[in-house]
Amino acid sequence: MKELDLATLVAVFQEMLGWTFWPLVALAALATLAFLRVLLRDRSLIPQRLVWAEALGVMGGVVAVLVMFTVTSSGFADLGGPIDWLLVLAIFGFGTVGTALGLYAALGLFRRRVA
Amino acid sequence: MARAPQAAVATSARIIVIGAGAAGLATASRLAMGLSGASITMLDKRREHHYQPGYTLVAAGLKSPDYVLSSTREWVARGVNWVEEAAAEIDPVGKTVTTDAGQRLPYDFLVVATGLTLDYGAIEGMDVSRIGQNGLGSVYAGPAQAAATWRAMSDFADKGGQGVFLRPATEMKCAGAPLKYAFLTDDFLRRRGNRGRAELTYNAQNRVLFSVPIVAERVRMLYAERNIRVTHDHVLRKIDLDRRIATFRTPQGDAEQQYDFINVIPPMRAPEVVRNSPLPWQTGPWAADGWAEVDRHTLRHVRFPEVFCVGDIAGVPKGKTAASVKWQVPVAVDHLIATIQGRESAERYNGYTSCPLITRVGRAMLVEFDYNDNLVPSFPGVIAPLEELWISWIMKEVGLKPTYLAMLRGRA
Ligand SMILES: Cc1cc2nc3c(=O)[nH]c(=O)nc-3n(C[C@H](O)[C@H](O)[C@H](O)COP(=O)(O)OP(=O)(O)OC[C@H]3O[C@@H](n4cnc5c(N)ncnc54)[C@H](O)[C@@H]3O)c2cc1C
Repeated sequence: MKELDLATLVAVFQEMLGWTFWPLVALAALATLAFLRVLLRDRSLIPQRLVWAEALGVMGGVVAVLVMFTVTSSGFADLGGPIDWLLVLAIFGFGTVGTALGLYAALGLFRRRVA
Repeated sequence: MARAPQAAVATSARIIVIGAGAAGLATASRLAMGLSGASITMLDKRREHHYQPGYTLVAAGLKSPDYVLSSTREWVARGVNWVEEAAAEIDPVGKTVTTDAGQRLPYDFLVVATGLTLDYGAIEGMDVSRIGQNGLGSVYAGPAQAAATWRAMSDFADKGGQGVFLRPATEMKCAGAPLKYAFLTDDFLRRRGNRGRAELTYNAQNRVLFSVPIVAERVRMLYAERNIRVTHDHVLRKIDLDRRIATFRTPQGDAEQQYDFINVIPPMRAPEVVRNSPLPWQTGPWAADGWAEVDRHTLRHVRFPEVFCVGDIAGVPKGKTAASVKWQVPVAVDHLIATIQGRESAERYNGYTSCPLITRVGRAMLVEFDYNDNLVPSFPGVIAPLEELWISWIMKEVGLKPTYLAMLRGRA
């Protein structure tokens, strides 16, 4: 890729996701802000809430990998080289961290008492 | 790399772009971004836009024909005047283009992006309307025919028999596509437990399987592994659709092959409007099929400096692919704008082209190369070009279409 800069990446993702692109970016930004807000407010990570968020986050990671296999008509048997495994790990990691972060923030904002 | 200049260049130049396919749309979008005040006219009669790299996925039963279809209107940049007529005559001496409706349009600069013509008529006995019937497939003819080819191939994968694959002796777009389809047929036969009941033969038009030696060698090894027989110097000349017999021209004379499934890829040539103009090569290997005589590094016509030819029509030694279009268009546009500004452009096209060579559903090799047959991987050391990888499949399945569409808008 010769022109792999940020503008090109944004253009490509916009074509891929259509009108959902900016709402999804906004959602990710909101979740991150909410997480930071909860973190600053509590001044530390609340262990019980974190465990819940992490446990469900792992499921988010698994779902991300399965969704990727489904939309690309492929499966585990197609993983060929180390880079393929790294990509699966990256998708899993992305799904896990994203879900955990969002859940932690949501739990912190809406169910403050629970924690 | 050649992005459109930051501030639009003011000009009153009249620019005509012939063809609203991958190259024409990308060129018009970039010109509209880079110029202000120019009159940019794009000619194309076709209202539908075809994302052709998706044909293979349609012909593998993975996507419906809708996947490759959109409306041309959607991709025409603001400031570009789309005339829904075909160019019927190009006069680069008088600097005019005449349309099939009889309009005479003068220009200061001309960009020829007509793509190419599939010459099915050159195969005796071939009938495009019968694609999908009696074991006849042809991925190239269009989205509906790609879907019909899938039905014929799937039927073959259920039963087995003789599968015959080939490519034409002319230049062709996406030279990897015929190879991919043999791989895919092998894969579907295996998935359905019928590989043992089938024989697959790939007929190369010359002595090699691919123009880049290192890739040819890799494909040869993979075909040997998958038990796909290869015959060389076989060019389809005639087909008997009722008796299912394909006749190939070989150095030893005609050779017949009986088939239960065949993927016909027709000879490809420059469209008539270019062939009948002064633009084609006048001598050499590309003269007969009418490819435009351009400088391979600038895409500028060698005899008519105000003419550029981009995409499949360009008579350059490599790269009739959308990936080449992505690399060619910014170079040609920069040279055109530089001429308007009275400066020299330093942009050069090195022949880059790429081909996600699908080797089965779920895996591909991301082969990228240049004029010198060098492999020029986009992600060196990360994605091995000659390995069958899932990540390369993901690029084809997920990444290629949005990149192509962003290119049409001049944004990639
Ligand atoms: C089966 C298949 C698989 C492919 N796979 C890949 C792939 O994996 N990767 C890749 O990069 N590329 C691939 N390609 C190639 C890619 O699609 C083409 O190289 C690319 O579309 C070329 O762009 P173009 O603008 O030159 O031609 P086109 O996109 O074909 O557009 C030409 C346009 O010119 C118009 N036109 C023709 N004559 C006239 C006239 N007289 N007046 C006005 N307009 C005219 C036509 O209507 C058309 O709209 C594949 C192609 C096929 C068929």
